[in-house]
Amino acid sequence: MSNVVLRMAWRNLWRHWRRTWLTIGAMIFSNTLLVFSISLQFGSYDMMIDNSLQAFTGHIQLQHPAYLDEQKMRYALDDIDARAQSLRRDLGLETISARAAGFALASSKDRSFGLQILGVDARHEPLVSTLPALISSGRYLRPGAREEIVIGAVLARNLKVDVGGELTFLGSGMDDSFAAGVVKVVGIFESGSSDLDRAVAQVNLGYFQETFAMRGAGHSIVIRAPHIDDVERLVTQLRANIDDPAAVAVRDWDELQPGLRQAIRADMASAWFMYSVLIVLVAFSVLNTQLMSVLERTREFGTMMALGLKPARLARLVMLETSLMTLIGLALGIALGAAITAWLSVVGFSYPGMEEMAEKFNLPDRMYPAISLLSLSLGPGIVAIGSLLAAIYPALRLNLLQPIEAMRAV
Amino acid sequence: MTAIHCHQLCKTFRQGDEIVTGLDHVDLDIAAGEFVCLSGPSGSGKTTLLNAIGGLDTPDSGEIRMGDIRIDQLERGALADVRLHHIGFVFQAYNLIPVLSARENVEFVMQVQGVPARERAQKARAILAEVGLDGLEDRRPAQLSGGQQQRVAVARAIVSQPDLVLADEPTANLDSVASKHLMGLFVELNSNHHVTFVIATHDKRVMSYARRLIRMQDGRIVSDEAQ
Amino acid sequence: MASPHLHFITLLTLSWRNLWRNKRRTAIMLGAISVGVWAMIFMTALMRGMVDDMINQGIRNLPGHIQLQNPSYLDDPSVTNSIAAPDDELRAALDGLGAARWATRIKVPAVIASERETRGVNLIGVDADAESDISGLPQHISEGRFIESDDDGGIVIGARLAEHLETRLGKRVVVMSQDPDNNISERGFRVVGIYRAKLPELEEFNVYAGRDTLQQLLGIEGRVSQIIIMGDDYRDLETLYQRLLAVLPDGLQARAWYQVDRYLAAMYNMMDGFVLVWIVIIFLALSFGLVNTLVMAIFERVREIGLIQALGMRPALIVYQILLESLLLLLIGLAAGNLLALISIQPMQDGVDVSVVAEGMAMMGAGSVLYPKLILSDMLLANVVVILLGILTSILPAWRAAQLDPVRALNTT
Repeated sequence: MSNVVLRMAWRNLWRHWRRTWLTIGAMIFSNTLLVFSISLQFGSYDMMIDNSLQAFTGHIQLQHPAYLDEQKMRYALDDIDARAQSLRRDLGLETISARAAGFALASSKDRSFGLQILGVDARHEPLVSTLPALISSGRYLRPGAREEIVIGAVLARNLKVDVGGELTFLGSGMDDSFAAGVVKVVGIFESGSSDLDRAVAQVNLGYFQETFAMRGAGHSIVIRAPHIDDVERLVTQLRANIDDPAAVAVRDWDELQPGLRQAIRADMASAWFMYSVLIVLVAFSVLNTQLMSVLERTREFGTMMALGLKPARLARLVMLETSLMTLIGLALGIALGAAITAWLSVVGFSYPGMEEMAEKFNLPDRMYPAISLLSLSLGPGIVAIGSLLAAIYPALRLNLLQPIEAMRAV
Repeated sequence: MTAIHCHQLCKTFRQGDEIVTGLDHVDLDIAAGEFVCLSGPSGSGKTTLLNAIGGLDTPDSGEIRMGDIRIDQLERGALADVRLHHIGFVFQAYNLIPVLSARENVEFVMQVQGVPARERAQKARAILAEVGLDGLEDRRPAQLSGGQQQRVAVARAIVSQPDLVLADEPTANLDSVASKHLMGLFVELNSNHHVTFVIATHDKRVMSYARRLIRMQDGRIVSDEAQ
Repeated sequence: MASPHLHFITLLTLSWRNLWRNKRRTAIMLGAISVGVWAMIFMTALMRGMVDDMINQGIRNLPGHIQLQNPSYLDDPSVTNSIAAPDDELRAALDGLGAARWATRIKVPAVIASERETRGVNLIGVDADAESDISGLPQHISEGRFIESDDDGGIVIGARLAEHLETRLGKRVVVMSQDPDNNISERGFRVVGIYRAKLPELEEFNVYAGRDTLQQLLGIEGRVSQIIIMGDDYRDLETLYQRLLAVLPDGLQARAWYQVDRYLAAMYNMMDGFVLVWIVIIFLALSFGLVNTLVMAIFERVREIGLIQALGMRPALIVYQILLESLLLLLIGLAAGNLLALISIQPMQDGVDVSVVAEGMAMMGAGSVLYPKLILSDMLLANVVVILLGILTSILPAWRAAQLDPVRALNTT
């Protein structure tokens, strides 16, 4: 029985093949656009987060609870080396590194500049941050070395100092005592983000702790998770294992850089607004087509009802026709979208103005969209749902048909 | 342009896999002011001949002349002009533009011809009265009976004073009363306005009004008699 | 031959009435066009508003539409790369640029210390009267006052910085910087004002003092870091720029905002392209329905088209009639869509609060309130594109209708 209905529905579609193809065309157009766009979006979001975090912030940080709002020297974690070491053991991860930070006035021969000095664990820092790998001249810090410093390229320019040059710095330690030292610039890094290149200067943690009278304390333990999806699990684990929550807080990347997720959310909101418009327009198209298709068959439907078919059956027929159309639009749209996206994922995609955007948001200047099951099905899926919903009105109208009147219709 | 001259008209069509002969070496002369009926069964070629004379369809070979104009040699645009200025059509059905009122349908051709508004309106009113549709001018076709619709069609065909009116089965959808009225109208207009009428039909009652009856069969003229 | 004027009225009447033969279909198509046009204009206005905000914020921060400075200053914005304050000749030239406002400014890196904390900042010496044009600052003072005179002894800091330094209005801070010989110079200031900025990170870094005061502190009497020039509209600086180049003394470099900040320039340039792409995409989505509507309408009227041809209407006129029908549809849809856009944008004029993603917006350089910005050229573009492309897509169905063989058309069942 349903085989006949299926055949009928299929053939009905092709009675007006131009009309059907035009309606399917609208679906294919929208679906292709959606697949491409969503693939691009998802890919770039992940990349944006990863790139932003791996430059410096890491996925998780342990800090003094008050440190997030106010980076004061005294909001420190004591015995930071030991803590970091035990974390490495407990979590089984090597990508954990301790840091301390303090403000100092740095002077080269010609210039002085106020900046933040970071004390880092030279052995583990390269595992949590990409900065050490971005040394453009000289080298990174040697673990255990004392009077060495690496600085960003913009900072080097502002201080008019090069590899091999000397910097004197003057700041105040944790106990408000004077912190002073002379260091040699052993490396200059260039991250591409002028914010980082202007602001960061790194020395060995041990040297920092001595100079700034930290007494073995530090300010943060930075953890880089194997994958961003592991973060939630790790955070829960860490929070459970904290003995003294008044002294130690576990911060995930969203707390550390709230702007990231929000920027993504804002971008998603505007993108989805645009997608919705497309979906609505396709729905209009389907509504029009199916309504016309129903109205022009009034006589035919009247005859069928006179023969004993109930309106519900006819409604199901209309919905079946819509579903077939939608399926074709879905399949071809996904195919075309996937083809274009696949091609672009090899060739790369860029538009004028992208380079500058990329610099600001830590994205590469050519995007390579990544296809995933979600990106292939999300957009077309919603278009399909919208289309089916649009066909409900025409289908329901069949309930209003009276057989004799219908058969007399022109 | 007063006379119609057809010489060795031939036309074939394709229907599915078959080749059908529409016209088979037809020769015909019609003088101005005549009232001619083309009769014959379906497929005899009468409609094909009518369409050829009216410039709706080009014959495969042969000559058609309307006065001095070689109809068979004109291209589409020029044919349209000929139809516009010289020929009136009445079809079996669907003669009127549904979105225009009776009056507007009658005025339509005059508008395309460029007749100024006041003249148009006057002529339209006059002709509608002549065909007996006084008072129904502003109705749309859907609001008129079959017979009334045909009368509007005739009014439109006549109003721009064509040389020739071609009617293809004009009574096929009408009951006998309406048919009689319509044919009476044709005869009257033919004598009052001196317009040539060529009517294709297989309705015997219609044939009885003809002054000249041409029978066709299988694309050929088999008899041509005055009555 | 017939006058085209008469033809037009006939065709228009036919087209209009034909449009309404199938009210439902026409209504649905109009609905779609209205929604599409609304989306074109609405979205564009919101995006323009955001980019406009970003650029204005950015320009406030550079600052200025055009900056004049020592060519080495951009690479090395320190006190050694200062320029002489404008002499009378330059002043006259700058005033004579017409409709532009200008001010001098000092901007050097410095260190600020309260009793408890020390921070690196941008020390900015301002021209007290002109500053509100440049950075908009006096309007955003939340406590106290702004710098009132060029030799004001007070300092104005951002609310966030005040928090970091654990200091407040009225308290003393020490500012340290260096003079051209690399000697550290310092001076105490009283905090006379606290400000809030749309982009919170600015509050942490920018501190303001009187220009002459800083000249003394830094040992650069009679010198400044930059001359800032503001025109009327950041979009339209070309004439101003050219005029400036003509009067520019040697040794000074003039840079417009789009040369200084490539990100802002890129955003700006991208917008026009983005608007066009958005409009075209929506139109393409609509075009399927448009062609469909036309094709369906023609299909229902095949006999009538045959009739009209039989009556002697030339093929070209048939094409015009159908195009006219399409045009009417588009025009009504456009009118409705434009109206909808205006109505929906109007209540948003006071701004849409997006503070839930404030930090995200700040990352992109925009404030936490979104103001739509409807510009005429965008609206015009949308309308023109819809009409032109709409007619274009209607040509094929219209042409095919006119090609119908009258005999076959008349005999269609």
